[in-house]
Amino acid sequence: MSRPEIEVRALHKSFGDNEVLRGIDLEIGRGEVVCVIGPSGSGKSTLLRCVNLLEEPSKGQVFVGGTEVTDPDVDIDAVRRRIGMVFQQFNLFPHLSVTENLTLPQRRVLGRDKAEAARVAAENLARVGLSEKADAYPASLSGGQQQRVAIARALAMGPRVMLFDEPTSALDPELVGDVLAVMRGLAEDGMTMMVVTHEMTFAREVADRVVFMDGGVIVEDGSPGQVIGSPRHERTRHFLSRLLDPAMAEVEEGTSGQGGGETP
Amino acid sequence: MTDTETDTSLQPKKKGLTRRRKRALSRGAQYAVFVAAVIAFAVSADWGRLKNQFAQADIAQQMFPDVITLALKNTVLYTLSGFVVGLVLGMVIALMRLSSVGPYRWLAGVYIEIFRGLPALLIFIFVGVAVPLAFPGTEIPGGTYGKVAIALGLVSAAYMAETIRAGIQAVPKGQLEAARSLGFSPARAMVSIIVPQAFRIILPPLTNELVLLFKDSSLVLFLGVTLEERELSKFGRDLASTTANSTPILVAGLCYLLVTVPLSFVVRRMESKAQEAIR
Repeated sequence: MSRPEIEVRALHKSFGDNEVLRGIDLEIGRGEVVCVIGPSGSGKSTLLRCVNLLEEPSKGQVFVGGTEVTDPDVDIDAVRRRIGMVFQQFNLFPHLSVTENLTLPQRRVLGRDKAEAARVAAENLARVGLSEKADAYPASLSGGQQQRVAIARALAMGPRVMLFDEPTSALDPELVGDVLAVMRGLAEDGMTMMVVTHEMTFAREVADRVVFMDGGVIVEDGSPGQVIGSPRHERTRHFLSRLLDPAMAEVEEGTSGQGGGETP
Repeated sequence: MTDTETDTSLQPKKKGLTRRRKRALSRGAQYAVFVAAVIAFAVSADWGRLKNQFAQADIAQQMFPDVITLALKNTVLYTLSGFVVGLVLGMVIALMRLSSVGPYRWLAGVYIEIFRGLPALLIFIFVGVAVPLAFPGTEIPGGTYGKVAIALGLVSAAYMAETIRAGIQAVPKGQLEAARSLGFSPARAMVSIIVPQAFRIILPPLTNELVLLFKDSSLVLFLGVTLEERELSKFGRDLASTTANSTPILVAGLCYLLVTVPLSFVVRRMESKAQEAIR
């Protein structure tokens, strides 16, 4: 087997005295879809943000496509061009139209000419089913539409891997489906994807592997059927039962919101 | 404390004025003071002399068209040139203030403190007198126009730098993260993504600065100007002393409003448009 597309070795990350990641080892192969699940404050978003160096790891190494991202001399802008990132809060550029959101990065970063950038933009808008919104401004779109534009914007750069940071957590429940459908399509097209999510159905049906994190370490890593279907660890079972049936959960002392710094 | 008793402290009081009555009385009193003040002013002012001193139609008439084609034109020219210099310099200082290089931050901070703390008048005198003295033989290009642009620019840059810095910091952090994760370098992200949004945010305070500059441009008279270089205030004052009448002052004042009032109107329009575009 060739080298994994994403490789994380002995990764540590601290915010001050707060150690959020305590030694993560993870490999994601080409075309693999990996969902990272876990309670808030478990460090899953931080792990994702370490992959494209939005967070600077305290210790350890990260490789993407064979290039060491954590090398101090790496051209991080060049590396990031190959890593698409989708945020919980969409982060579309509000002063630009939908098409401009897609064309400006292509032209400024990749140096594509106007016609080429417009062609790629139209292609990717069609891919997420939003061709008719090409001239709209982000503020006039629903959350689900904005997130699909954000996915198209990342795809227009031609990334090798895509990172999703809770892409549906800020959406109204009825809008989640459209975004997940786009992501499912991407997965079927063979994109390498790392997805931090609470959508268990998506994880079960689309992911090749599910990684359960808690307290800054990977507790369980395996196929969806194994991790979600028949978890081996008590912590995983506990988390899943609370997630799948929140009404049945009991009040616990001091478990929620530990670590923090996960959602802005 | 027993739970069964009803809490009476929040019930309307039986004695004295109710809250509603008090509010009505207070509002009535405010109207009464306003009306009394207007009447007092109308009665005590000497309307005949006021009209004689400030509203002589023939004097006002002889100001035209020069008050527009010369004085207002110069005021606008001085203001705009000062604004452009201030905007460019202010942008540089704002970026220095946000720089990761310590001495730049420090230098920008010192600049802002000095030029915000000094009266604009002193800056004008400094540019008009001290600079030619300190660097003999050098000439500020553009004559009076160049000097005004620099003096007004130096003053306004300090204010605009702080405004621009606040605007840049008001752009949500996610915008920079999105730009960086698309492969923008820090400088590119700043120019293409952050600054355009910052300017939308600071449009109103920047326009305020423009209005302030518009008025500060009257300080040009301390540089000593030729007849052709006079702006509204100097023009009005000169004419007021030759005609021994204050009408030109009033007309000059109206000319200022002629620009500033529509300006604020345009800004309000732009503000609401920008509001529509951003969320």
